[in-house]
Amino acid sequence: MARMKFLCDADRCIECQACVTACKNEHEVPWGINRRRVVTINDGLPGERSVSMACMHCTDAPCAAVCPVDCFYTTADAVVLHNKDTCIGCGYCSYACPFGAPQYPQTANFGTRGKMDKCTYCSGGPEEDMSQAEYVKYGSNRLAEGKLPLCAEMCSTKALLAGDGDIIAEIYRERVVTRGYGSGAWGWRTAYGETVTV
Amino acid sequence: MTKAFFARLASALALVAVVVMLAPVAQAQVNPTQSSVNEDALFQALGTSGTVSGRVTIPDQASGNLIAPENKSWAVLQGQTLHALSIWAVVGMVVLLALFYMLRGRIRIDGGFSGRKILRFNAIERFAHWTLASTFIILALTGLNLIIGKSVILPLVGESAFGTLSAWGKIAHNYLAWPFMAALVLILLLWVIHNVPNKLDWQWLKMGGGILKKGVHPPARKFNAGQKLIFWAVILGGAALSWTGIMLLFPAEAGTAADWQFYQTIHALVAAGLSALVIAHIYIGSVGMEGAFDAMGSGEVDENWAKEHHSLWVEEVKSTQERNTAQVQTPAE
Repeated sequence: MARMKFLCDADRCIECQACVTACKNEHEVPWGINRRRVVTINDGLPGERSVSMACMHCTDAPCAAVCPVDCFYTTADAVVLHNKDTCIGCGYCSYACPFGAPQYPQTANFGTRGKMDKCTYCSGGPEEDMSQAEYVKYGSNRLAEGKLPLCAEMCSTKALLAGDGDIIAEIYRERVVTRGYGSGAWGWRTAYGETVTV
Repeated sequence: MTKAFFARLASALALVAVVVMLAPVAQAQVNPTQSSVNEDALFQALGTSGTVSGRVTIPDQASGNLIAPENKSWAVLQGQTLHALSIWAVVGMVVLLALFYMLRGRIRIDGGFSGRKILRFNAIERFAHWTLASTFIILALTGLNLIIGKSVILPLVGESAFGTLSAWGKIAHNYLAWPFMAALVLILLLWVIHNVPNKLDWQWLKMGGGILKKGVHPPARKFNAGQKLIFWAVILGGAALSWTGIMLLFPAEAGTAADWQFYQTIHALVAAGLSALVIAHIYIGSVGMEGAFDAMGSGEVDENWAKEHHSLWVEEVKSTQERNTAQVQTPAE
C-alpha cells in the first residue's frame, strides 16, 4: 500500500484558493469550517510564499495520542481518519495538532464544540465506502473511487501534490533540481520526521 | 527620407542595446532563489518553540499559524506523562491504603461506644460537605475518564458505548463544576476559622497524629492538623482547579494555544493529586476509623470517639453547654 502524503510546492503556489474551494464544494463542508487553507508567509515582502495546508496525516499522529475516546485510526494508505460517532468534541486534538487541522462546526456555552471535522484525504470515514451516511458525515470518498484528493487534482499550477510520499517527493526533488531552488517540503519534518532532501 | 530611416534605425538599435544590457539586472531582480522563504531557515530563525505563521484570507486569524511543532510536546505530555501519572496517583494511593489497612486494621474507639452523642457538624456544614463531596467525586471520575478512560473503560465497553459515556461525562463535568465551586466557597466560609494553624498542630504532627500507634491520641480542637492539611489542600487545590477549569471552559479567553495547554496540564496534575488525597480522606472517614462516619452522616458523634480524637473540642462544647444550662436555670430578673 501507498503511504499517502501532501506536499505543497510553495514556489509554485499562487494563492488562488482553488484547493480551498474545491474541498468545500466536493465535501459540502459546513459554513465556518476550513479543512484546507492557504497561508501566505512574508506577505508583501520579498520572497513571499504561499502554502496550502490541511491535515498532513502525520506519522504517529499527535491528535490520536491525546484523543480521550480514541476515535482516530490510520488506514492502510496511512491516512489519519476519525469516527464522528465516538468524537465528543473536547477539542484536545486541535491543541495537539501542529497544523491547525481539526475544525469544529458549532460553539455553544462553556466552549462546547460540535464533532470535530478535518481533511479526510478525500477518503471518507468508518462508514461503508461511498455510502450516503459516509458522505453526510465526512464528504465524498474519492480514494475508494481510485482518485486522488480533489484539492491537489485541480491545483492550477500543480503546486499541491497528493499521492504516495516517495513519488511526490521525487517529483518535487526533480523540480528543485531543474529550476535550481525550492523553499522546502513545508511541514514534512513536523509531520513525518523527515523532509525532502535534494 | 533615408536620413529619417537611419535616425529611426539608430534609435531602435540603441533601445535594443539598452534592453540587452539591462536584461541580466532585470533577471536578477525576479530571481526567487535569492530571497525565497525557506522552511528550514525559518525554523532556525524562530528557535525551538517557534510557530511559522502568515496571513490568511478567512476570518479565523488563528488559522494563520501554519506549523506549530511545539503542540507535539503537549501531545506527549497529555497522551503519555499525565496518563501515567494519573494512574500512579490513584492506584498508588489505593495500594498504600490497602497496606495500611492490613498493618493497622480499623482504628477502633479505645473506650468503646459510650452511647452518648455530641453534635459535631450541623445541617449546613453537612450540606456544604456533601455538595462538595458529591460534585468532586463526579468531577474526578469524569475528568479521570478523559485521561485514562481509553485504556481502562474503553476495552471493557467498546468504542460506541465509551463515546456516549464520555460525551455525558463531559457535560456533567462542565456543569457540575459550578456547584462544586459554590460549595468550595461555602466550606471556606464555614470552616476557615477552625483551620488556622497553631502550636497544637505541630505537636499533633510530631506524634504522627496517633495514627500509627494504638491508644495514642494527641489533643486536638475541632480539626486536628491532618484535617487542617486536607482542608487547605482542598481549598487551594480546588481554587487552582476552578481557575484553570474556567480557562478550559472558555478557551477563547484563555489566550494562546500554549496558555490553554498550560492550564490543562496544571488542571490534570492538581486533579490527580487531590483525587489521591480524597481517596485517603474517604478511607479514614469510613472503613478506616470506627465512629468517624457519624460526624458527616447523622452529624452526631459518640462522646468517647470525640474525647479520643478531639479532646479539646469536647471540653469547649461541654463548657459552652454548662454555661448555657446555667443561664437557663438562673434566668435574668
